[in-house]
Amino acid sequence: MTDNQKILLIGFGNPARADDGLGPSVAEKIEAQNLPNVTVDSDYQLTVEDSAQVAEYDIVIFADASQNCAEPFSFEPLNDRQEGSFSSHSVEPAQVMTLAEKLFGSKAKAFMLGIRGYEFDQFGASLSEKAKTNMEKAIDFIVDLIKTKNFNKEAACF
Amino acid sequence: MSKRVIIEPVTRVEGHGKVSILLDENNKVTQARFHIVEFRGFERFIQGRPYWEMPVVVQRLCGICPVSHHLAAAKAMDVIVGADKLTPTAEKMRRLMHYGQTLQSHALHFFHLCSPDLLFGFDADVQIRNVIGVALKHKDLAVQGVMLRKYGQEIIKATAGKKIHGTGAIPGGINKNLSTNERDVFLKDIKQMLVWARGALKVAKDYTVENLEMVKPFGSFDSNHLSLVRSDGAMDLYHGNLRAIDAEGNKIFDQVDYSKYLDYIAEEVKSWSYMKFPFIKSLGPEKGWYRVGPLARVNTCDFIDTPEAEEARKEFMAVTDNKPNNITMAYHWARMIEVLHSVEKINELLNDPDLQGNDLVVKGERRNEGIGLLEAPRGTLFHHYKVNDDDQVTMANLIVSTTNNNIPMNRAVQKVAADHISGAPEITEGLLNHIEVAIRAYDPCLSCATHAMGKMPLKVTLFDYQGNEIETKTKE
Repeated sequence: MTDNQKILLIGFGNPARADDGLGPSVAEKIEAQNLPNVTVDSDYQLTVEDSAQVAEYDIVIFADASQNCAEPFSFEPLNDRQEGSFSSHSVEPAQVMTLAEKLFGSKAKAFMLGIRGYEFDQFGASLSEKAKTNMEKAIDFIVDLIKTKNFNKEAACF
Repeated sequence: MSKRVIIEPVTRVEGHGKVSILLDENNKVTQARFHIVEFRGFERFIQGRPYWEMPVVVQRLCGICPVSHHLAAAKAMDVIVGADKLTPTAEKMRRLMHYGQTLQSHALHFFHLCSPDLLFGFDADVQIRNVIGVALKHKDLAVQGVMLRKYGQEIIKATAGKKIHGTGAIPGGINKNLSTNERDVFLKDIKQMLVWARGALKVAKDYTVENLEMVKPFGSFDSNHLSLVRSDGAMDLYHGNLRAIDAEGNKIFDQVDYSKYLDYIAEEVKSWSYMKFPFIKSLGPEKGWYRVGPLARVNTCDFIDTPEAEEARKEFMAVTDNKPNNITMAYHWARMIEVLHSVEKINELLNDPDLQGNDLVVKGERRNEGIGLLEAPRGTLFHHYKVNDDDQVTMANLIVSTTNNNIPMNRAVQKVAADHISGAPEITEGLLNHIEVAIRAYDPCLSCATHAMGKMPLKVTLFDYQGNEIETKTKE
């Protein structure tokens, strides 16, 4: 990867549903670091217009809470594009990348950061303690990855 | 032997619903219902919260049209804080936010949820009949849909602070104005948006006119229509008085102060759905149900106060000889008239220097009850709150747009089932999609109507008259 490649990190999830807010929390903390060539966005859910935004970047990282990935987090390339139908107003990362490719000619490499969460059923703006610990490890990993620009490593669960 | 066909959940709508169709031994439809199967309960758990939180908290109802709830709650809270007339800057910022919301919501619905049915046909291969299929075969249209939606979302971000669940509207006003820099960014692209909005309107109009013979009876029926209208009868999506008309265009009531809505509207509960069934009191539940949303708004208003949308309205009304248009599939055409209207209004507002004003909030005599209504993308939205002297909400009643359209959606399902499913030798995916096409015309937001987040695979189950399962089909 060259030094001037543009990176976008999108954290998504509902901060009012406990650990579902892991994605936006990661986004907030990464944004606070003001990393060069890195843009951070945050949303409750992904929607079709995100395809226009991701098409402006070389590397896209989607950050979301995961109910079942290994602890503390997983990070893997998003190789499969989504050809199926959308059933709702919100879309999945693979669908965003498919639209970016088909509509805007995006060649971006996309990655999925899944942070293990535990409490999703209750309302509340706080993350569980275990989820917070996992998030800190995920942030260290992502910051290191962005600084070293080593995006060619294999999928990993850490 | 009778059979029961269940479509659960319905796809390409927001939220979780199902359709059940009861067939007799000759595959004739004897009953068809659209059920809402998840429970909202939102009115209960906001009780006890301070009133000033409402414009932010109620947006959690929905990630799709949170601005509608944000603004309806803010309008109700204006009443609570005694803000009877907002400053020009506050009202125009809210209006700009609302037109941005209407634009993005309608664009998403038309281009990405409905256009697959219109462009490829209701029976087309489901592997093609989706937004990726549209992206491959009609790329320009798909790009325009994305960019119109994006523009609307950026308007929301600039006025509300965030694209989803913003904080711009506060009791008595707004917490920011629009900077000249923000304004200039939007003005730079507004002409392009007008071009695309005209194009979208043409697609919807041409589809309806060219397929009039097919769409005229499709899920269609005579109905009453309800919306807010301005005091001079103009369409107004942000504020107005209630007007209801019958299928012939006769006024049932007009210019009703919406704070008196309980004198005119009541809600019925049925055991098979969590969604309530509103009706016009004077007509009773059997005859008093009504439609809301784009079709109702274009029917009820006397005119639209932007020139291009007004021309489009006249063309629209000419199809039914200036009587109310009761064609369910005409919702799409009406929705695109509103897209053009929204872009025209955004253009008008961006050129208004009041948006750069600094007088943002007013307050007056504190009250204990507030009602706020507006025309959300999907139709009339009612927010009603009572607040005690400790500033806590003690009662909340929300009638969301999709709830207003509950009986009409059921009627549409019954009509399509009777016309297309009855007597069919085999219940195919394409036939079932006919049912969904009729529901989708209303752009229902079932999460909103029931407050439950839902994914929507499609599950179809056939039952015999004794309730025994014969066959189940599922699609993701």
